Amino acid sequence: MSEPLLSIKGVSAFYGNIAALKGIDVEVMPGEIVTIIGANGAGKSTLMMTICGDPQAREGNIIFEGRDITHLPTYEIMRMKIAQSPEGRRIFPRMTVFENLQMGAATAEGGDMKADLARVYSLFPILEKRSNQRGGTLSGGEQQMLAIGRALMSRPRLLLLDEPSLGLAPLIVRQIFSAIRDLNQREKLTIFLVEQNAFHALKLAHRGYVMVNGRIAMQGTGSELLERPEVRSAYLEGGR
Amino acid sequence: MSAARSEKSSVLSHALKDALIAAIVAFGLFILLLGFLIDDMRGPGQLIGRPVLLASVVGMVFVGRFLISLLYYNAPALRYWLGAIWAAISAFARQYKWQLLALMFAAAACWAFYSPRDWPLILIIIAAVFIGVRFGFSAALLVVAILFPVTFYNNPYYLGIAIIILTYVMLGWGLNIVVGLAGLLDLGYVAFYAVGAYSYAIIAQTYGWSFWVCLPLAGVFAAFFGILLGFPVLRLRGDYLAIVTLAFGEIVRIVLLNWVSFTNGPNGIGSIPRATFFGIPFNATDEGFAARFGLEFDPTHRTVFLFYVILALALLTNWVTIRLRKLPVGRAWEALREDEIAVRSLGINPTNTKLTAFAIGAMFGGFAGAFFATRQGFISPDSFTFPESALILAIVVLGGMGSQIGVAVAATVMTASFELFREFEQFRLVIFGFAMVGIMVWRPRGLVSTRDPTVFLKERKTISANHVAEGRG
Repeated sequence: MSEPLLSIKGVSAFYGNIAALKGIDVEVMPGEIVTIIGANGAGKSTLMMTICGDPQAREGNIIFEGRDITHLPTYEIMRMKIAQSPEGRRIFPRMTVFENLQMGAATAEGGDMKADLARVYSLFPILEKRSNQRGGTLSGGEQQMLAIGRALMSRPRLLLLDEPSLGLAPLIVRQIFSAIRDLNQREKLTIFLVEQNAFHALKLAHRGYVMVNGRIAMQGTGSELLERPEVRSAYLEGGR
Repeated sequence: MSAARSEKSSVLSHALKDALIAAIVAFGLFILLLGFLIDDMRGPGQLIGRPVLLASVVGMVFVGRFLISLLYYNAPALRYWLGAIWAAISAFARQYKWQLLALMFAAAACWAFYSPRDWPLILIIIAAVFIGVRFGFSAALLVVAILFPVTFYNNPYYLGIAIIILTYVMLGWGLNIVVGLAGLLDLGYVAFYAVGAYSYAIIAQTYGWSFWVCLPLAGVFAAFFGILLGFPVLRLRGDYLAIVTLAFGEIVRIVLLNWVSFTNGPNGIGSIPRATFFGIPFNATDEGFAARFGLEFDPTHRTVFLFYVILALALLTNWVTIRLRKLPVGRAWEALREDEIAVRSLGINPTNTKLTAFAIGAMFGGFAGAFFATRQGFISPDSFTFPESALILAIVVLGGMGSQIGVAVAATVMTASFELFREFEQFRLVIFGFAMVGIMVWRPRGLVSTRDPTVFLKERKTISANHVAEGRG
């Protein structure tokens, strides 16, 4: 097996004195979609933020492409071609869609921005129609597409997606997930996905991890986890 | 039919009643404020009634209130009619534009014929109207600014006010970089103005270097102070940042006040070298500007020169800001104002971004300060107090944050009205307060609240005020 693109080894992170992550081990291979599922407050988003260096891990190491990035500042980590579509999307509401995408290309060196733009527009054609519109005037689904598009503008080797289905209609969720699958299959883009929507996420992902209270409780391939009765009862059948 | 008529008449009577009440309230308010004047010149405690002034103010309130209640509260039909009249007028103007232009020229020619001394004024009006119709409001404003000394050459008072206005326009544009673009609320901007003024005064006096050498140095010093302020406040945002910048402004002023051996303390620095025309002084000697250029000596030469210097400096500020907005650093400022976490997660270093905003904003404050020092010839810490910072910030906020033309208009209105209402000096803050409240009620996003995208595909669309968050833009 080849080297993992991202490996998280024994990472613990704290908010003040409260431990949010208690020794997490996760590996992401090149070309994979890996998903983290879990209940609210399990530490999924914290894990995502810890990869980005905010908060920084107090114990353990985060290795990206063989380089230890645990203690780098956020913007240095992002310059190593990790791109993030953060939770709650965090687009720039008063800048146009085009300007938002341009901001995403801030770390793309010496590239052809037109080609990157064309790639994003072909993935999400609605963004091209809205390109002169303010980010804040888009619908939730369009904003999510914009957040993903903005992350793609930096030509990342690893794309971090934090709850892309948050607050979206099922139809839009399906559209966004199929775009994610497209990116992975066509461009071999490695994707690390944090989701509440366990069913969709596990169907999409090659491998998955289940987080409970800051620990990894289970792991396996997507279909394996979907079959597991604990996963089904806890995350798929409304806790029945 | 009759129902509609009765509805209209009830609308009218309602509006009249409304206006009457407003007029009574205004009468009660202003009868003591404006209606009487104690004139000590003609003997102790002479009470002079001013019925005309009172009546005109109350009348203005009455008419204004009447129109407002007609237009906004009661009558969509009346609004429709006004709209139709306006449409008819503009259609007429469009159809007969050449005739109208000819008429205007004829009127101007008559005016010029009967009072030839007014021709510069006529020139400036015609130029402004033409340029305004063809190229828009900002171009007209620029033309008026460029022609201003030509028109008002014989009126040094107006020239002086224009120079003050332009200084505030420049300060507003400088602060706009920090507040409007980068979204960092700075209540101590006057500190950079002070640093620029003092560094110019001290360098020019100590080394005898010319204005054009000292000006960039003053800018550099101010930028350095901008970075000095920037470092401790990097982690702060919003209210906390405002408090620290406020303190910074006071610290600078108090240091200037107390470091007597260096700044001469509260006595200030006098006889600062005056600006020269690139080395040629403006005086009546044979070496002076007038003699060299074969003109008769006139102290206004210096004033006009200073006018163009500050106009050029202000335009430089504007041009740099517009250019920077299109560059990655300017875009990063705007993104930082929107969402700092998102900026960091896009691989942009927020520390450097903030520091450049502080430094560049401060640099223009420093330029304005150096200009202020050379124009006044005397500076003291009294010129750099907190109200000055507040005024500059008010200009930026009222103008619509991030809008260049809005800041220029706001600076003009505020500074000019301070001069106009010099007689009502005690009421200055009252009027200022009313203006603030009025702006916040009717135009909460500033006078010019739209923001043009700096880049666009195919066509430029202005983003309407409704899509701009309150108080931002």
